[in-house]
Amino acid sequence: MTDSVSFRDTPGSGGQKNTTDQDVGNIVLSNRLFYVCMIVIGGTYVLLIVCMLLADAWYVVEKTAVTAAASADPWQSMLSANPISVALADPKIQYSIRLSLLSCTLSAVLSVIVAVPIGYLLSRHAFPGKRLLDAVLDIPIVLPPLVVGLSLLILFQFRPFAYVARDVVYQMPAVVLAQFSVACAFAVRTMKSTFDHIDPRCEQVAVALGSSRAQAFGWVVLPEANQGVMTAFTLAWARSLGEFGPLLIFAGATRMKTEVLSTTVFLEMNIGNIEAAVAVSLIMVAAAVTVLIITRVWGARDALL
Amino acid sequence: MIQLEKICIQSGAFRLTDVSFCVPAGGCGVLMGRTGSGKTTILECIIGLRQVSSGSIQICGRDVTRLNPALRGIGYVPQDGALFSKMKVRDHLAFALRIRGTPKKQIIERVDELSILLGITDLLYRTPAALSGGEAQRVSLGRALSFRPKVLCLDEPLSALDSETRHQMCELLDTVRQQTQVTTLYVTHSPQEAEILGDHLLRLEDGRVVEQKSHSTEQ
Repeated sequence: MTDSVSFRDTPGSGGQKNTTDQDVGNIVLSNRLFYVCMIVIGGTYVLLIVCMLLADAWYVVEKTAVTAAASADPWQSMLSANPISVALADPKIQYSIRLSLLSCTLSAVLSVIVAVPIGYLLSRHAFPGKRLLDAVLDIPIVLPPLVVGLSLLILFQFRPFAYVARDVVYQMPAVVLAQFSVACAFAVRTMKSTFDHIDPRCEQVAVALGSSRAQAFGWVVLPEANQGVMTAFTLAWARSLGEFGPLLIFAGATRMKTEVLSTTVFLEMNIGNIEAAVAVSLIMVAAAVTVLIITRVWGARDALL
Repeated sequence: MIQLEKICIQSGAFRLTDVSFCVPAGGCGVLMGRTGSGKTTILECIIGLRQVSSGSIQICGRDVTRLNPALRGIGYVPQDGALFSKMKVRDHLAFALRIRGTPKKQIIERVDELSILLGITDLLYRTPAALSGGEAQRVSLGRALSFRPKVLCLDEPLSALDSETRHQMCELLDTVRQQTQVTTLYVTHSPQEAEILGDHLLRLEDGRVVEQKSHSTEQ
């Protein structure tokens, strides 16, 4: 350390120039500028997200205040006549919330069940057609959502799917299937990445000590992939909640039948009820954030154990 | 006994040719050689994690060349322990017995026996994240010995440890080996470890075993 300092500070030694206060100042300034640029670019996007949510919330607050001001009992009006309370009291929206919770959970569970084996095989094994399979699994991600819905609709024109089309298309199962078709692709990507990060030697040790492949997977790999499974579930759930295009085409937007929260926003906007649309949007934000917090807390608790 | 006869392994550009050696029952063979000389590859072939191109591998007189690794009955201690991050130490020690369907009472007895032998009785309820390097290797050794294998393979198990811990572990390994009489194949760079543990030295160079000597031969 001492050597390097004296080397640097010796004039003319090895072509090194003296380090002046100005050089130090330039480096410090350059480093600060670097981080300022990074923070400004990243922060702009974060600000956009926060502002969008705040705008929704402000819109609801503003409408509540207007209603309260015109009411004889402002406090009571604020509680019962604000757009969110009104939306929550509406039986159609109550049905939409129930169906959303049920279909998103079913879709996320199915996505994880499918994503775990596919992610594992893609991560651990080389087989003919692996790259093709990898590309096929990305199709639902890159395909326009309406095309996914249309493709599902067309698929159910053909046998054997046509046999069950009457019970699926424009019915509740179509909601789950449309959500699952897109959400599963995201879950697969998450699970593959999870298995990529798990050291395969642990599994090899388990096999060498007498485990079958299934035992090694169940006892060693799956517990290690626990957080990845939770992340895949969360992502699939959130993705299902926000799915709209495939639902509209494949399940329709029939009130009290195939209406989920995303279609409620669309239907309320169509009839000009912007207050209800914004209120339902905020309910969706709350639901998504709640699921995110639950899984993060679960993940953190798991990491501590 | 571990016996390799004219083993050839081809993996990309890497090639091992006509590797033959024998570690007698109850003995400890030490496989030495430079990095990339193929020590770990040979060990993985014996364990069954890698297939050989030709030749045969016999464990205690049984040809296991094409046998599934799970059926070879070999205890394996990898380089950094490769402990299962979500399992507690006692679950590691019970792992190989649980997958064999051993009754719970016997598992508990064996876990207690091993934890005393390896000096890890205080660590039984810890996870790998809370273990030091030396402790992790003790647990890895216990996990490998739990089902009383006839053969134990260790892949540079002490390479990441400081010299004092390494010396303690060497002595522990020697004690364990004498008590269990398990046939051992030990891969290492360290001549000191080879001196303490090995009674049968194998030196690997350029994909071939170039030197074999045993302590009894030297005497």
